[in-house]
Amino acid sequence: MPAALPESRPDLIRVENFSFHYGEKQAIFDIDMAIPEHRVTALIGPSGCGKSTLLRNMNRMNDLIDGVRHEGDIRLNGISLYDPSVEVISLRKRVGMVFQKYNPFAKSIYENVVFSLRVAGRSNRSELDESVERALKSAALWDEVKDRLHDSAFGLSGGQQQRLCIARAIANQPEILLMDEPCAALDPLATLKIEELITKLKSQYTIVIVTHNMEQATRCSDRTAFLYMGRLIEYGATVQIFNRPSHPETEAYITGRFS
Amino acid sequence: MQPGSPKTDTPFATTGRSRRGEPWVWLTAAGLTLGVAMALGLFLLILVKGAWSFWPRRIDLMEVSKNGVIEKVAGYVTQESERRDAEGVLHKEIQVFRGNRDLSGEAFKFIDRADILKTSRPESLLLVERLEYGPAIVHGVALVTPNGRIDVSSPDFDKTLRQSLADGAKTRGQLLRIERKQIGAISREMEALSRAERSGTVAAQTAAARNAELQKEFEVLQAEAAKLRAGLAGSSFIGMTADGREVNIPAEKLLGAFPANRAGFGERLAEMGHRIWKFLSEDPREANTEGGVFPAIFGTVVMTLVMSLFVTPFGVICAIYLREYAKQGHLVRIVRISVNNLAGVPSIVFGVFGLAFFVYYVGSGIDQALFADKLPTPTYGTPGILWASLTLALLTLPVVIVATEEALSAVPRGVREAALACGASKWQTIQRVVLPASLPGILTGVILAMARGAGEVAPLMLVGVVKLAPSLPIDGIAPFIHPERKFMHLGFHIYDLGFQSPDAEAAKPMVYATALLLIIVVVTLNLTAILIRNRLKKRFAVSSF
Repeated sequence: MPAALPESRPDLIRVENFSFHYGEKQAIFDIDMAIPEHRVTALIGPSGCGKSTLLRNMNRMNDLIDGVRHEGDIRLNGISLYDPSVEVISLRKRVGMVFQKYNPFAKSIYENVVFSLRVAGRSNRSELDESVERALKSAALWDEVKDRLHDSAFGLSGGQQQRLCIARAIANQPEILLMDEPCAALDPLATLKIEELITKLKSQYTIVIVTHNMEQATRCSDRTAFLYMGRLIEYGATVQIFNRPSHPETEAYITGRFS
Repeated sequence: MQPGSPKTDTPFATTGRSRRGEPWVWLTAAGLTLGVAMALGLFLLILVKGAWSFWPRRIDLMEVSKNGVIEKVAGYVTQESERRDAEGVLHKEIQVFRGNRDLSGEAFKFIDRADILKTSRPESLLLVERLEYGPAIVHGVALVTPNGRIDVSSPDFDKTLRQSLADGAKTRGQLLRIERKQIGAISREMEALSRAERSGTVAAQTAAARNAELQKEFEVLQAEAAKLRAGLAGSSFIGMTADGREVNIPAEKLLGAFPANRAGFGERLAEMGHRIWKFLSEDPREANTEGGVFPAIFGTVVMTLVMSLFVTPFGVICAIYLREYAKQGHLVRIVRISVNNLAGVPSIVFGVFGLAFFVYYVGSGIDQALFADKLPTPTYGTPGILWASLTLALLTLPVVIVATEEALSAVPRGVREAALACGASKWQTIQRVVLPASLPGILTGVILAMARGAGEVAPLMLVGVVKLAPSLPIDGIAPFIHPERKFMHLGFHIYDLGFQSPDAEAAKPMVYATALLLIIVVVTLNLTAILIRNRLKKRFAVSSF
């Protein structure tokens, strides 16, 4: 369990009056929040509340969709992600992402992990080997796969594949790790392993996690934001959100009266 | 059940097939069965007829009485039929292949079964293969060798026959080498020399000196060839037809003699294997009706492979742009519909386009730029295997584009997003993740394109296929690959044999055999591609979602 009130850390990401539209449809309304570094921040809320949209804006993944636009800003270390001088590719090198469905590439375990290094143009064998070992150890997968690094990634179990995806996301040592419901497709045991991993990783990375699972949010996040219908309803320390929610909607959601 | 009675006693009862969701299942099943039966029937027909044409059949010697005259006919039955004459009397007729086209003009004869007085199978009958007039069916009489005449009754006859056949084959091989390769090389050099002289790169004097040398070499080779021919001149095979005429076949033209009635099953099987091998490995003879089809097999395979080499990268590049880069809108929709429609354009139209664009426009341009010294003799400005491959590449392009587009769009979005989230650019994502994942699907398209291209004939007739190509598009003569050469193709060969040959009836077995071969070649090409695809599939095994 996280400490009752974690010591405060400087903010790494600032979301400033951020609104987001998919064509005619507005998904996010004027959100303002700061995410501290080396902490796990959970985004919770019912389906369609905009939490995934917000997360996917932090590495500009939503750029891929036609007809989107935004107002306001998201700043990383004070620099706007939407500044014309920011290259989206180098941004994504600093912000790793793990998806809801584990999605390893049709390659070997080794090649999956070094993918981000390879696309960055690095091919020094010993450097790659080192990164693989470090990333797989960080993702608590090394012992299970060290003897079959060159086998297909599809030979792994679902939980292992998701941990491989985490290793892939951290291989190039990003500052931030975005996780979009990383345990949604996993069984309880694999979920537990990922949660342990998240707690372990926060010493090195700033983690933002979208989850539908209240227990998960309480178990592994330091701060929680509750979003509802595209608006940020409540944001604060996880203990406070779950023990003394100040908004009736938050309370209704976390106690399961609507979902 | 009584009307009005409660229906609760059979709560899960349904009535009728359509209620159970299976109306017309039998109809769809019947449709499939019919389709499969037709495809299998076609294949079996071609298989049986094609294989049967190689089987050495027994030769019947028949005594036929026609209007009081008794005639002896030797041959094997190729067909049986019934015919009603003007009075309505039923005649059972047989069609007999009797060979000896040089003597009787027709290799086939129709005989009324009722007219046959006696049938026997004398062991002295031989099926003789020769260079001209198709096979001869004769009684063996004697062999004339430089050492004297050996009659069929002599115990040495069989041995001498084998020896003389082997000698003939060897001499023909040597002659071929001298006349085609060595004399061919000399005449090519002479030609190049005269071109160089005309263009002024070689002084007239040196050219004349070299020409004289070549002329001398040429004469030496010709003398050698004449000597080889003379070595066979004294030998010949003498046979006698069923009706008693003597046939004399010089050793130079004698290819084989098979004692069809004496041979046991094993020998006949061996002969069948020998015939199949000759069919596959030899050049055609006698307006393609005899001999083998090797150049046609070679041409078909080379043309199909070259076509795949062109169409695969081109189609994949088109599809990548259409699917990955182009802004999906009306224009792209129109382009996509046009590409699909292109697949439905009659192939002859592609042939006309290939002739006009590749041969007359691009080819002539190349000639003027690079081969001006050979003009007015065209080098690339004439139909050839390169233009045929390019034309078929255009023809099969829609297949590859459509298959590739489908394969690309089947790559899950999650995988693309994962690559992008790792900091890959769009091109890196396509190149490193999307293309490998869609490779099996792309190969499926290539397989379909190959199947379509290998079986296409009509456009080829305009852009490079010929009845008889003097040389292969790839051979031992520098620069080894000759993309400008005309070539032979199995599909065209079938058409040529069946409809253009002087004796269509005699060519019928060849038509079936060639059709069988074409199917085998196409299936082999496809199986190879499928094997490659399955290996790739294993390597890039795609997850279930």
